Amino acid sequence: MQKISILTAGDSSLLVQFGNEIRPEINRKITSTVQLMKEQHIEGVLDVIPAFCSLLINYDPRVVSYEDLKERISGLLKLETKAGAERKRIFEIPVCYGGKYGPDMEFIAKNAGLTEEEVIQIHSSRDYLIYMLGFLPGFCYLGGLDERIHTPRLATPRIKIEAGSVGIGGSQTGIYPMDSPGGWQLMGKTPVKTYDPDRKVPILVEAGDYIRFVPINEEEYMRIRELEERGEYRCVVHDEGEV
Amino acid sequence: MGIRILKGGLLTTVQDLGRSGYQSQGFGVAGVMDVRSFKIANLLLDNPENEAVLEFTLIGPTLQFTSATIVAITGGDFQPTINGEPAPMYTALYMNKGDILKFGSARTGSRGYIAFSSYLDIPVVMGSRCTNLKSRIGGFKGRKLMADDYIGFRIKRRYLPFFLSRMLDINEFDQESATLRVVMGPQDDMFSPQGIETFLNSEYTVTSDFDRMGCRLDGPFIAPKTTSDIISEGIALGSIQVPSHGKPIILLADRQTTGGYAKIATVATVDIPKLVQRKTDHKIRFRAISVQEAQELYREEEKEYAAMRNIIHQPCKEVLECRLVAKRLRTLFEDQ
Repeated sequence: MQKISILTAGDSSLLVQFGNEIRPEINRKITSTVQLMKEQHIEGVLDVIPAFCSLLINYDPRVVSYEDLKERISGLLKLETKAGAERKRIFEIPVCYGGKYGPDMEFIAKNAGLTEEEVIQIHSSRDYLIYMLGFLPGFCYLGGLDERIHTPRLATPRIKIEAGSVGIGGSQTGIYPMDSPGGWQLMGKTPVKTYDPDRKVPILVEAGDYIRFVPINEEEYMRIRELEERGEYRCVVHDEGEV
Repeated sequence: MGIRILKGGLLTTVQDLGRSGYQSQGFGVAGVMDVRSFKIANLLLDNPENEAVLEFTLIGPTLQFTSATIVAITGGDFQPTINGEPAPMYTALYMNKGDILKFGSARTGSRGYIAFSSYLDIPVVMGSRCTNLKSRIGGFKGRKLMADDYIGFRIKRRYLPFFLSRMLDINEFDQESATLRVVMGPQDDMFSPQGIETFLNSEYTVTSDFDRMGCRLDGPFIAPKTTSDIISEGIALGSIQVPSHGKPIILLADRQTTGGYAKIATVATVDIPKLVQRKTDHKIRFRAISVQEAQELYREEEKEYAAMRNIIHQPCKEVLECRLVAKRLRTLFEDQ
């Protein structure tokens, strides 16, 4: 485990940096730190945002000063806790790759020195751990993207990316749950609504679940889309219990 | 009893200090853009600090009151009128049943606020009445206000002590440039010394990409050492991220909860109102201060609010200024 450092993010937030890589062990350490903070209830802390390898702590500087909170968190980080056993729930997300659904597919393949078919095969051949939700309601940050298809983000982010778009941003892959600006390279689109505020359960997945991308053709895309519009589509979920 | 929206304006939403505690699920805080003007509006009416108000942007709404109440208008100058007569800002104003309060376009600033002594009847969702436009929850049906919308009041509160003293002499937004104090970090070490130098010594221009989510600035290129991509992490209010195009983007109330661009610095909380009240083409400069200084400024602003409370709770000293008093009394008698 790399050295943990506490950085300033303005006068009302601290950023705890747990190293600089995406690894399940680091992520579990963050999850247990969040748990410890909940148990200890630190006065003045308003909100936390756990991420891959960092934890942003938002606080009220009228209640607790920068120095005092930093000291409190440093003490807390020295306490080790054991994260519990993992279950493995896998959600199948159908994706129509390339063409009008994935405008950056050509670039991704060219950048990787592969054919589009190879990129699809690589992208859809493994299960991705959901490290965190953030950026947008229900947006999942997934770990474990094959190094061969890592692709730099766009230099200038797009003003609008449509809901359901599947993309790659650096070493990460994911799905846009709603229309949004963003800087990822788009490789395909899913007809599944991963976030729907009008549904009983607006967000299907939780941190700790896994996602498996399943390539589909345009016809299948339209069929699922129609079912989804009627609220009749059910995601395929594999429950594999403990890892 | 409440208010009917006759015209919605450009972007009028119900806001308070925001919905915190849910950012780990990707739900942003939202809340008012200009916390200072918001707090002063509530303060003028002795409202609770976090009472919901209406926030409007560039072109204000037109409201009709279906019952009497007291309001306070703060923020940018949207040239408010009551039944066609100019209405003062930063002043407690008595509104009669049937009165029409109309806002025009922003003469100064870009965002205005109106607080109500009778409190807007808006349901609390996840601990807040604020509108989260992106998640489409909270506020009035999760959306901006439009003509024919109606919002009721929660209580009858038509009397405030020291009514004639409830005015503050504030006009903060008539400049076309601002210097924002910033705390460097968390990723200032990803920028070259020259990049930091450029950031702290250049003038930046507010572009038209300026909404509740963030403000894109144009100006000299801020050079990263190698790249400005980072592993996505949580974003604080006022974070100044600099993507590879080298132009700063300042993240505001409706920002994403997390993001993957390096952040060179974070705007001091007390200076965020100065930024959000700017318009396209206005100029911005940055000045670095320590986190301790920024927190001291935060605490000092609290003292300033206390001093304002003190002013509006004094018996009226301007009794001899007949014209001023007569003007204020007139609205009271017109009610009888």
